[in-house]
Amino acid sequence: MLTKRIIPCLDVKEGRVVKGTQFLQLRDAGDPVECAKVYNAQGADELVFLDITASHEERKTMVDVVARTAESCFMPLTVGGGIRTVADMREMLLAGADKVGINTAAVKTPEVIDAAAEAFGCQCLVVAIDAKRNAHGSWTVYTHGGRNPTELDAVEWAAEVCRRGAGEILLTSMDSDGTKAGYDIALTRAVSEAVSIPVIASGGAGNLQHMADVLSDGKADAVLAASIFHFGEYTVGDVKRFLDQHQVPVRL
Amino acid sequence: MNLGVLDYGAGNLRSVLNAFTAIGREAKLVTKPAQFDDIDLLVFPGQGAFGDSIRILKETHLWDPLKAWLKAEKPYLGICLGYQLLFEDSEESPGVEGLAVAPGRVRKFDSAHGLKIPHMGWNKVTWAEDKPVWWKDLPDPSHLYFVHSYYPDVADPSLALCRTDYGVPFIAGIAKKNLMAVQFHPEKSQEIGLKLLKNSVDHLATTL
Repeated sequence: MLTKRIIPCLDVKEGRVVKGTQFLQLRDAGDPVECAKVYNAQGADELVFLDITASHEERKTMVDVVARTAESCFMPLTVGGGIRTVADMREMLLAGADKVGINTAAVKTPEVIDAAAEAFGCQCLVVAIDAKRNAHGSWTVYTHGGRNPTELDAVEWAAEVCRRGAGEILLTSMDSDGTKAGYDIALTRAVSEAVSIPVIASGGAGNLQHMADVLSDGKADAVLAASIFHFGEYTVGDVKRFLDQHQVPVRL
Repeated sequence: MNLGVLDYGAGNLRSVLNAFTAIGREAKLVTKPAQFDDIDLLVFPGQGAFGDSIRILKETHLWDPLKAWLKAEKPYLGICLGYQLLFEDSEESPGVEGLAVAPGRVRKFDSAHGLKIPHMGWNKVTWAEDKPVWWKDLPDPSHLYFVHSYYPDVADPSLALCRTDYGVPFIAGIAKKNLMAVQFHPEKSQEIGLKLLKNSVDHLATTL
């Protein structure tokens, strides 16, 4: 049986992990490669690096981080943040990333999804969708790190990116993100049922039951979390043992 | 033993090269037909579409040496598309002939009943009891990382090295004397994947 994936996410700025991790055993907890090794050892199923570097020049640092991670962590690695073109994607894939994530660029120029799927195969492309509940009982897509609302309905947009050749959707609930009150189950389920590709749920993880809920009731294929792992509240192993006890299939 | 990784310019081979480094074997890229003469073991970690990859292999004059390599039963390690191309043809690219080293055809997963495609993530594989040399020291079953939308419908079950299930049961890897090929990505499957690569390279070295 295919297992549900547990995916830690590291925010990286100018080659350093931000929002700090608290791995006491690390000499340099700001080094993304060192953090990646810890998650690799904990049995994370994949890793995501989110590059929040402001300038294009400093992105070269991210290429180096990806290359060094790929030398020591033999697990799938996704890189997102600031990726706009097929050339940007190629650079990250050649450095050793297995998948690239795009968000704002996909909304601005949806054709980039088709072009990326054609160039690299759909399995390489993760489309990230930031969604916020609106007054009509549905969800609106936001871009630019959640700052700018669009005209797009999140469920319809998910179906379109799937048609255009995305391999996976990384779905973040802006209402839940940072609250630690649980994932948006209704949003995740609506998107998951509308598409034929895997959906990674993100935003709101505060405890282990939240993860079990979004993977079962929310029909997510994977969960992404940042702070609950970084601050050592739970290890990836803790999450998996809990899920296993709650009849969610995981790789132990 | 000299390892060569077939590179027809289609994808990222960094992970595969890194994996061989991690198990203490250096591999070099094979980009030209003449380089087949310098290697003992050919690794083909293909990615992309069935038909497209064959077209590119032909354009780059690597198709004929690849066919000759397999016909001569020289050591071969296939990953993902390097597994699928061993069969006769694929529903992904009708009318295009594969390497036909193994009987069978590559089929698309059926997305009816809500099955997500690609089959992406860690799935459980069980190993064939009659081929222990390839999976020694590995747990049975083992979890390995898959990413694919098509799977080989293997017509000769005696070739099976391992099996898994995604909507439909299928043979996730085959092995015979000189050859081992798998649908999943050992280079992305942490310790278990690296161990499988090491076993395979060590065993193929004994066939030289």
